[in-house]
Amino acid sequence: MRHRPRSLLDKVWEAHAVRTLRSGQTQLFIDTHLVHEVTSPQAFGMLRDLGLKVLMPERTFATVDHIVPTHTRVEPFEDPMAAEMIAQLRRNVAANGIAFFDVGSGRQGIVHMVGPELGLTQPGTTIACGDSHTSTHGAFGAIAFGIGTTQVRDVLATQTLALGKPKLRRIEVNGTLGPGVYAKDVILHIIRTLGVKGGVGYAYEYAGDVFDAMTMEERMTVCNMSIEGGARFGYVQPDQTTIDYLRGREYAPKGADWDAAVERWLSFRSDPGCEYDDVVVIRAEDIAPTVTWGINPGQAVAVHEPVPRPDEVPEGERAAVAEALAHMKIEGGRPLVGTQVDVAFLGSCTNARLSDFVEAARYLEGRRVHPRVKAIAVPGSEHVKSECERLGIDRVFKAAGFEWRDAGCSMCLAMNPDKLVGDQLCASSSNRNFKGRQGSPTGRTVLMSPVMVVAAAVTGVVSDAREVFGVSREVVA
Amino acid sequence: MSAFKPVVTVSGTAVALPADDIDTDRIIPARYLKAVTFDGLGEALFYDERFTPEGEPKGHPLDEPARKGATVLVSGANFGCGSSREHAPQAIYRAGFRAVVAGSFAEIFFGNSTGIGLACVRLAPADLADLTQRVLDDPALVVTVDLEALRVEAGGRGYAAAMPESARTALTTGTYDPLAELLEGLEDVKRTAAALGHEVRW
Repeated sequence: MRHRPRSLLDKVWEAHAVRTLRSGQTQLFIDTHLVHEVTSPQAFGMLRDLGLKVLMPERTFATVDHIVPTHTRVEPFEDPMAAEMIAQLRRNVAANGIAFFDVGSGRQGIVHMVGPELGLTQPGTTIACGDSHTSTHGAFGAIAFGIGTTQVRDVLATQTLALGKPKLRRIEVNGTLGPGVYAKDVILHIIRTLGVKGGVGYAYEYAGDVFDAMTMEERMTVCNMSIEGGARFGYVQPDQTTIDYLRGREYAPKGADWDAAVERWLSFRSDPGCEYDDVVVIRAEDIAPTVTWGINPGQAVAVHEPVPRPDEVPEGERAAVAEALAHMKIEGGRPLVGTQVDVAFLGSCTNARLSDFVEAARYLEGRRVHPRVKAIAVPGSEHVKSECERLGIDRVFKAAGFEWRDAGCSMCLAMNPDKLVGDQLCASSSNRNFKGRQGSPTGRTVLMSPVMVVAAAVTGVVSDAREVFGVSREVVA
Repeated sequence: MSAFKPVVTVSGTAVALPADDIDTDRIIPARYLKAVTFDGLGEALFYDERFTPEGEPKGHPLDEPARKGATVLVSGANFGCGSSREHAPQAIYRAGFRAVVAGSFAEIFFGNSTGIGLACVRLAPADLADLTQRVLDDPALVVTVDLEALRVEAGGRGYAAAMPESARTALTTGTYDPLAELLEGLEDVKRTAAALGHEVRW
């Protein structure tokens, strides 16, 4: 009998389903659990209160990212609460025998950078972390998603979660991206097209020419922001690019195990003819450098496209558009190009990988940050930082007037000293432009690709990087 | 591991925040996540919406004296989008709310809420608009969320509510904390791990 064609989601779900719970949800086995300092202390506390132990400590890995200052590594941290949080994490991992990538270990960084770098993130696995951007790991063909703190407790105690299986939407992006159009623009375009709630109840399978051609780091940028489109996770199917990335990494299988792992990983690819609950097809040629103009990541336009006016949107959206424009202190009806920028932030789990800094430095070299702009470059991990420094990329940033920082979440969510002040407008390579997200309740965030951040830093205004850096808009055949 | 109190009905006055896409950063700004417990989060609920940077009250509905003691929060579509921070439903719960009535919910927020016994039910757009207006008009209006009947009632008017059956059952039977049942399956967990074999070998 021929088997029904199955998607990667079907295969991973079935392999990890322990049993069906009375609620009808699945008790799902979690291969890899990642932990950081913000969403875990209460979970460890609950475990202690219940007298339970960590069931499989060898499957949990911890690092510290949200609260670490990036301008200094000197401890104790100035913020006593940050010092207490890192101290608690150190105690919790030591007491439970959990691997910990501490500050200064050479392996610390944003948790979603560290997993892939160390080869912990592998195709066909389930990965959970108390952080919504766990969707990043889907780039490897893993089912990876964010969980709350009570669920962190569940994983620690049982290595499983109670979950319902989502529907599956395939998003195909076909054709070739134009010069100056990046993975960040692809995901901002997808979210803009499907809306910030378009993915609720769905997992996204990203496919098509553009994803086939992407590097792993580009795939991570896209999967990272699945959650901004409402999808708890998204994935790209594992292929040769995935395998080449993982080969030789610290936690990747070795020797004969490697060959078996590769075969197994590829077996998780969606079967031809498998069913999708929805299919969306997007033309790569329709994607331009994209910027957000509002207070959620779906409020985005192509850089030269006018920002909507309240009177030209459907009645049900008027109040939301007016609220966003009022917060951003901009008018609808004209493009964002030319809007004054106060801060440029190149960092976050969306865009702080080596390739982001390499590409940004290519255009930054020999230029200067506009005197009015505070510009910070924050590598996502100690590994990225040292690689940049080995390649001399740090010198390009410093010579241009960027501050070159240590690894952490930094100004993406401002749980550390990196914050906007007042109503500063930030050109940001991060993932959320929510009100107050970057640390000031009146602060303003414009999301964009790293090269667009550099263009904004240099010109002092929101700019089309293709024009600033003389990149042809024509696709070279 | 004790059983939890079933959540069958929630009844009380309400606060309406009529907007779509209210995100977790608005519900609880990140600076309040710098803590190792969930204590005190109730006071920080929607802090930057309620107070100026100087700490002056902005006259937010949550702070209207007539709405003190409200237990039902009414909002728009995609409520709780953004971060996975359980601090968001914890703040809502600790501020005294026991139910959220909205157009729809972000998934992680919904799961986190159910897990702590905060009932999240959806209403159809026209019903939600009607209920919202009536809550805005009358701070004394008592709103009842009935999970058994899957209805929301207020001042003699009833609305059909929706909620995934798994969450409804978990709340009404007091089994919304899944840990006890997950622990019952530990032998199966070990079998699944073994069957996955070399997939993950550290």
